[in-house]
Amino acid sequence: MTYISLTPLDLALAATLLVLNAAISWVFGLRLEKSIAVAAVRMLIQLALIGLVLKFIFAQTSPLWTLLLVLVMAGAAGVEVTARQHRRVKGWQTLGLSTGTLLFIGVAITALGVGVIIGPDPWYAPRYVLPILGMVLGNSMTAMSLVLDTFSEAVSRERTSIEAWLALGAHRGEAMRGVLQVSLRTGMMPILNSMATTGIVALPGMMTGQILAGADPIAAVKYQILIMFLIAGATALASFFGGLGAVLLLTDKRHRLRLDRLAARR
Amino acid sequence: MLRVEHLRAGALPPLTFEVASGECLAVEGPSGAGKTLLLRAIADLDPAPGQVFVNGAERNEMPGPQWRRNVRYCAAEPAWWSDTPRSAFPTGAAAGRLDRLLSSLGLEPQMLDRALAVLSTGERQRLALARALIDEPQVLLLDEPTASLDAQAAALVEELIRYQTLSGRSVVLVSHDRNQIDRLAHARLLLPKGAPAAAQEVQAP
Repeated sequence: MTYISLTPLDLALAATLLVLNAAISWVFGLRLEKSIAVAAVRMLIQLALIGLVLKFIFAQTSPLWTLLLVLVMAGAAGVEVTARQHRRVKGWQTLGLSTGTLLFIGVAITALGVGVIIGPDPWYAPRYVLPILGMVLGNSMTAMSLVLDTFSEAVSRERTSIEAWLALGAHRGEAMRGVLQVSLRTGMMPILNSMATTGIVALPGMMTGQILAGADPIAAVKYQILIMFLIAGATALASFFGGLGAVLLLTDKRHRLRLDRLAARR
Repeated sequence: MLRVEHLRAGALPPLTFEVASGECLAVEGPSGAGKTLLLRAIADLDPAPGQVFVNGAERNEMPGPQWRRNVRYCAAEPAWWSDTPRSAFPTGAAAGRLDRLLSSLGLEPQMLDRALAVLSTGERQRLALARALIDEPQVLLLDEPTASLDAQAAALVEELIRYQTLSGRSVVLVSHDRNQIDRLAHARLLLPKGAPAAAQEVQAP
């Protein structure tokens, strides 16, 4: 496989496009200049670091190093889910729920995709495991934070009608049904939209990456189809566990609504 | 019979009182005294230390939903979760009984299928009361049940509350209307404004 390597100068040239973002922010008074700079610098540092880390781990081909990076990625995804909530549950529960769930989903779906379907040798080959885990985790993380955020917003808005239902003797599952439906739908929507438009409107990043690296387009498309199915399954699981966790965190065994467990809006 | 022992609802001092079957206890106090909090605590909608018994059974002896089917809280501002009132009523309710209940409140059965948005505030409040009474709970916790009603509708609601006590239910009524309390209540519980939680235990009646 052959491809043209990029020099730092090439990247610097592309970076000048950020001037456009800054200009829009300045002209319309969005005050995003600082955020743009921080985001760009974060991206640079994070990608440079992960490049070095991956280079190191690919050289080792050790299950322990791979596992360590898996844990770090799941932990970071959990922190990100927690940080994205407008109103989150007080204490450690949101972080625990999201990190635990994402680790489980990431490992289970990646094990299916890499261990069972792709079947590299060795089965834990990091250059297969880590990119696929990253895509699975990234999409599960989005689904979960959407579900949790939608749920806490909707449950606060619908509080009086949920409690009216509970006061009539409804179980928490019945009273939360409407809110849960809205949240699950929101969580699963991005992958459905993305499956419906991929290949027409957008060429997915992984596929284009493989093609740029010299892979046969048909082979690249097959990988993309695989990853789409893996992501669909992962976001379904992430939405389900996120919704279930939200119901359990915001109600109690006496089937009461416990909005007192939500921290103040940020 | 409803019996409340050392119940601490919100910042209220611990409360102990009894409402016999067939009696109505009026809860009075200025706005913000915690009248609604007290009703919600009795209905087990908020966690509150202390004990609440209905006919000898404590609330924690049964699941929350079962408790709230016996001890019915009816909020001052009714809320709904569908477009029409119909789905809030149990499907098994005998049509004849539901019709009688509605007509005793000056409502028509067709209103159940009308959009909630076109019903008046007073109609919605009376529909919420009908919804709270249709499955015959033993204890009624009524939070300002006539607050948004005209005199005629309020009289119908009072008549129904009187009928509920005569049928042997225990009623706890929050009201700002002294005359209404005089007409309906057998006993009163006055909640002081801003009472510190450590205050002397309030005993009533």
